[in-house]
Amino acid sequence: MEAAHAHHGHGDHAHHPYGIMRWITTTNHKDIGTLYLVFSLTMFFIGGLLAMGIRLELLEPGMQFWRPEFFNQLTSMHGLIMVFGAIMPAFVGFANWQVPMMIGAPDMAFARMNNWSFWLLPVGATLLVASFFVPGGATAAGWTIYAPLSTQMGPGMDLAIFALHIMGASSIMGSINIITTILNMRAPGMTLMKMPLFVWTWLITAYLLIAVMPVLAGAVTMLLTDRHFGTNFFNAAGGGDPVLFQHVFWFFGHPEVYIMILPGFGIVSQVVPTFSRKPLFGYSSMVYATASIAILSFIVWAHHMFTVGMPAVAQLFFMYATMLIAVPTGVKVFNWIATMWKGSLTFETPMLFACGFIFVFSMGGFTGLVLAITPVDIQLQDTYYVVAHFHYVLVAGSLFALFAGVYFWIPKWTGHMYDELLGKWHFWLSMIFFNITFFPMHFTGLAGLPRRVPDYNMQFADFNFISSIGSFGFGLSQLILVYVVVKCIRGAGEKVSDKVWEGAHGLEWTLPSPPPYHTFETPPVVK
Amino acid sequence: MVSHAQANQQTLVKLLVVACAMFGFGFAMVPFYRVLCDALGLNSVLKPDLPPVNTQVDTGRFLTIEFDANLRSNLPWTFTPVEKSVRIHPGALTQVTFEVRNRSDRRVTGQAIPSFGPQLAGRYFKKLDCFCFTQQTLAPGEARRMPVVFVVEPGLPQDVNTVTLSYTFFEVEGKAGKDS
Ligand code: HEM
Ligand SMILES: [Cu+2]
Repeated sequence: MEAAHAHHGHGDHAHHPYGIMRWITTTNHKDIGTLYLVFSLTMFFIGGLLAMGIRLELLEPGMQFWRPEFFNQLTSMHGLIMVFGAIMPAFVGFANWQVPMMIGAPDMAFARMNNWSFWLLPVGATLLVASFFVPGGATAAGWTIYAPLSTQMGPGMDLAIFALHIMGASSIMGSINIITTILNMRAPGMTLMKMPLFVWTWLITAYLLIAVMPVLAGAVTMLLTDRHFGTNFFNAAGGGDPVLFQHVFWFFGHPEVYIMILPGFGIVSQVVPTFSRKPLFGYSSMVYATASIAILSFIVWAHHMFTVGMPAVAQLFFMYATMLIAVPTGVKVFNWIATMWKGSLTFETPMLFACGFIFVFSMGGFTGLVLAITPVDIQLQDTYYVVAHFHYVLVAGSLFALFAGVYFWIPKWTGHMYDELLGKWHFWLSMIFFNITFFPMHFTGLAGLPRRVPDYNMQFADFNFISSIGSFGFGLSQLILVYVVVKCIRGAGEKVSDKVWEGAHGLEWTLPSPPPYHTFETPPVVK
Repeated sequence: MVSHAQANQQTLVKLLVVACAMFGFGFAMVPFYRVLCDALGLNSVLKPDLPPVNTQVDTGRFLTIEFDANLRSNLPWTFTPVEKSVRIHPGALTQVTFEVRNRSDRRVTGQAIPSFGPQLAGRYFKKLDCFCFTQQTLAPGEARRMPVVFVVEPGLPQDVNTVTLSYTFFEVEGKAGKDS
């Protein structure tokens, strides 16, 4: 299959094309990693713009800027774009750059397929963004596209469904590539239990993706046939059931949230030992904890559905199973802290983001535990408390881990040190504005402010005002990241050594900075 | 390297099989869900309930049952309860009537879905006969009066004095609408 497509004309590795064609036809894991990262940064800003639109409307009570339908489009598309366009592709970008270099492989297992998996993404993203401009606008059914809302909306919903199909296919292909690379292409001596944790977390994440992305594809296919081909999966009148959609969606959805955090755990597990100048505490327990989180994530989905009227036994089961996940998560947090214990710590930007991650992510874990308690969740479901919970784990969790990874590896990728002062500004501003934005949501949520509603009672005015101001600050702070990254790419900043960080260990740090286009063509030997 | 490529191909095929199987699994959840709901007696609003075993009428207590009739947006019918509400005793067998008329010039099939307010009243509200147990097909201009026969079990919590029974008629597409 690979061979059949290699002689399409631009196969030969030695003379790759230049300019735009280089990027369109590239099969090099580093190029593709860069493409993924640039793509996800772009989507991050598009999604961020939508978030600014949401917070602008919520700045004050009453309706100021948008029609309510458009507000719902903003929240839905913000979620879809951030999840499928920003966070997931960013982690795949890291996998592309780092996995081959960390295990001593020359490239990804299926280089041509790698190119396809990337180029599907801009297609899906274009469909998604274009859906704003069709009659009726984009989908407004939330990122969870619950039936029966999603069986009723206009053509924007169809575009979202196609986009999900395409982006899902891209993730499945990407995951197959990652698993195959990790299983078959490790350098001699690189046993599974010697692999860096980032590689381990991605291996497990890729399995999760292969297990659940097809389920999402199935769910949206059912939506599509319900909408256009007269099936009745979710249509009550025809004997279907909208609650079924929630079950299928969350069977995908809960593992999906772990898909978005596990590689982040991996990055933090690389960064913390480096700046503690100590090996990671409890390496094998980290591996087992990651695996148990992944396995448990398949049996907790209905904690998103405590209010649909499940039998009490089922509610109890999902409550306890959910709480169980906190145990391996706690093991991880414990290990990171134990790694830092008595280490000779320094706090460069990657370490700042990693520490910020540990602190703030744990708060998100605790609110998760609160929400796992069925009777509490029945009060809090669909309020801003949930919004606070998942932004603590996704923004201060996944996103901060991504930032840590960018600052950690960008000197290796570009050969130039980033601007440390600006990096620190980026961290502190992000951290402060993040909390200004999302901390008040715990209070508004507890007081009963429902999510996904464009207007609110006067009593919530002050907290919403604070949240909105914080969000504008958070959005603006992200421009620093762009500036720092662009500076590095253009070669400003001092040249770095191969090792970059004094405490760094691993195969990627034995390569020159920046690494040559092809690395490890003869595999290194790991002792 | 050749053996490498072969090993990779094998892994690829295995993983593709898993991905396809999981796509199938998504669809397999549909019948599984039905079976589970039937077994647990969930979601049985469209089937006749067994008459309550304890048919003692609680004459000491009055309940107001309100009726509400809705149409899903594009259904060209009118749909109204003949009685807006009734006052009954728990345990008493009651019959009410709903009226429906097809305002369009085509045959249309509809299905009514009941719901209760408060939700928990549904458990004590036993429908022995209802037009929602079958689909209703109306010829152009046809009108129909349809009965609902029910008993509210005396076990209904004391603090519930009013129960709303609400129906929404949905068009069943691709049925009568198309073949006429
Ligand atoms: C200790 C671990 C965690 C527990 C116990 C937990 C528990 C929960 C519960 C019970 C809900 C449902 C709340 C509701 O809708 O009423 C929820 C929602 C959510 N969680 Fe978590 N969670 C945990 C970690 C995470 C992580 C790591 C992520 C992602 C990185 C995450 C992302 C989400 C998202 C996105 C939602 C909201 C989905 C939506 O309704 O749109 N959670 N969580
Ligand atoms: Cu969940």
